[in-house]
Amino acid sequence: MPRLNDGALRTTTGRILRREEMAINMGPQHPSTHGVLRLELVLDGEIVVDVIPHIGYLHRCFEKHAEAMNNYQQVIPYCDRLDYISSMNMDWAYVIAVEKLLGIKVPERVEYIRVIMAELQRIASHLIAIGTYGLDVGAFTPFLYCFRDREGILDLFEMTCGARLLYNYIWVGGLAFDLPAGFIDKAKAFCEYFRPNIKELNDLLTYNEIFVKRTAHVGILPADVAIAYGCSGPMLRGSGVDFDLRRDDPYSIYDRFDWTVQVGKGEVGTLGDCWDRYMVRVREMEQSLNIIEQALRQIPAGDVFSAIPKRIRPNPGDVYARSEAPRGEMGFYIVSDGSATPYRVKARSPSFVNLSVLPEISRGYMIADVVAIAGSVDIVLGEVDR
Amino acid sequence: MNAPEISEKLRSKFGDAILEVKAEALSDPFVKIKPGMLSEISLYLRTDGDLQFDFLMCLSGIDHGKNILGVVYNLYSMTKRHKITIKVELPAEKPEVGSVALIWPSAGWHEREAYDLFGIVFTGHPDLRRILLPEDYPGHPLRKDFKVPEFYGGMKVPY
Repeated sequence: MPRLNDGALRTTTGRILRREEMAINMGPQHPSTHGVLRLELVLDGEIVVDVIPHIGYLHRCFEKHAEAMNNYQQVIPYCDRLDYISSMNMDWAYVIAVEKLLGIKVPERVEYIRVIMAELQRIASHLIAIGTYGLDVGAFTPFLYCFRDREGILDLFEMTCGARLLYNYIWVGGLAFDLPAGFIDKAKAFCEYFRPNIKELNDLLTYNEIFVKRTAHVGILPADVAIAYGCSGPMLRGSGVDFDLRRDDPYSIYDRFDWTVQVGKGEVGTLGDCWDRYMVRVREMEQSLNIIEQALRQIPAGDVFSAIPKRIRPNPGDVYARSEAPRGEMGFYIVSDGSATPYRVKARSPSFVNLSVLPEISRGYMIADVVAIAGSVDIVLGEVDR
Repeated sequence: MNAPEISEKLRSKFGDAILEVKAEALSDPFVKIKPGMLSEISLYLRTDGDLQFDFLMCLSGIDHGKNILGVVYNLYSMTKRHKITIKVELPAEKPEVGSVALIWPSAGWHEREAYDLFGIVFTGHPDLRRILLPEDYPGHPLRKDFKVPEFYGGMKVPY
């Protein structure tokens, strides 16, 4: 808190604190900030007057690294580390952008495998979001249940590509490996096992009275504010905006499956509150299961490598390609100068943009509600800071 | 509306301020405009009844080399479901362009990032501070001519 010549206390943004106001740092090391995020809270007693997020503690120069690679494929492992709990979706988002730049189509079987992996990853990621959200507001047991179920998905990934967290599996023009023998049966078995667990989770956490009291009517994000701040994913749909890139800006083969976009309805509180955002995630897991089951039934045989050269040199130009990651719109803006190295890669990460609305939806609530609100935004600092 | 119609509409409204239109490109269709007219054109894009670009998907800074920086705005309309890309180019000696953070609040943090990593100054931004790097970091790392400092904060920088 800089104190200038006039003796007044100021926040980082230059706001002069009134006599009854106090500024407190929440984080960078704080269990409810889900990583190294610092929130500068301006408080009047226990009421939050303003929140100033400070990010960058995990900045790893992703964009600078991408410009220093030897070729486009080498960037993919770095994409894994953007949103490290949904690495498949990060890889895929980058690969979609490079493939759009190259103007190539990938084999049918590859598309199916990518959809299966991305939706499995979405369930795994939402399970973490839900489990840790319960933890934030004081429910410990659901966290263990969620991690137990997530293990099943990680086992499937491990069996496919050997890694449990950072996969480097989706490659430009194809995949690192084909599906291993027995994958489809195991994936089907997982879907059957997991579907009843969602009901269990609802009984345990979703409609729990304490949980509802902590999250309903808290952190209300109106639809117009959500759009103005560029929110996407469950943040946007929680506010009742019926928008999902998988359906509304279709990519890959999502138009072949029968599923519905889930939006918040304000069932137990106000439309756009924390509970709505949470509930969108729970319901999306069911929809992802629907997509996975259909894809497992329809998956064709075939090759998973398309004939592209090892060293790709896209024509000079630029593309912005986006896809629906678990946290929202993951976009890559890539500029090619015709060489084998990307000239510029910008990652538009959903958490970064979603986090920028936090001050808007936290003002006027209590400190304890900030924990609930920040948890409902579901940020991953790896992609906020890049 | 599709990209050629949007760019035609912009050209008929703003004339000289539109420097280049590439609506049939292999890459994303874009409209390059004069930096000085950015705020006016943005407001028009946001408010015009046929355009209604209410969603700023992405805002990227870029170093084109040869002392030219640029900013790229990827816009989308939630109501009309169409897209356009707006580009501006700025001289590296004085990279200044009007802020659109009051038109699209999501630009606020993106502009801070472009300021942080490229040193592009967005005039009229409500809170233009560094966002990812420490406040005292020397230089703007995503510029192509950036050299990693030998020492930072009194410590030798590895490699």
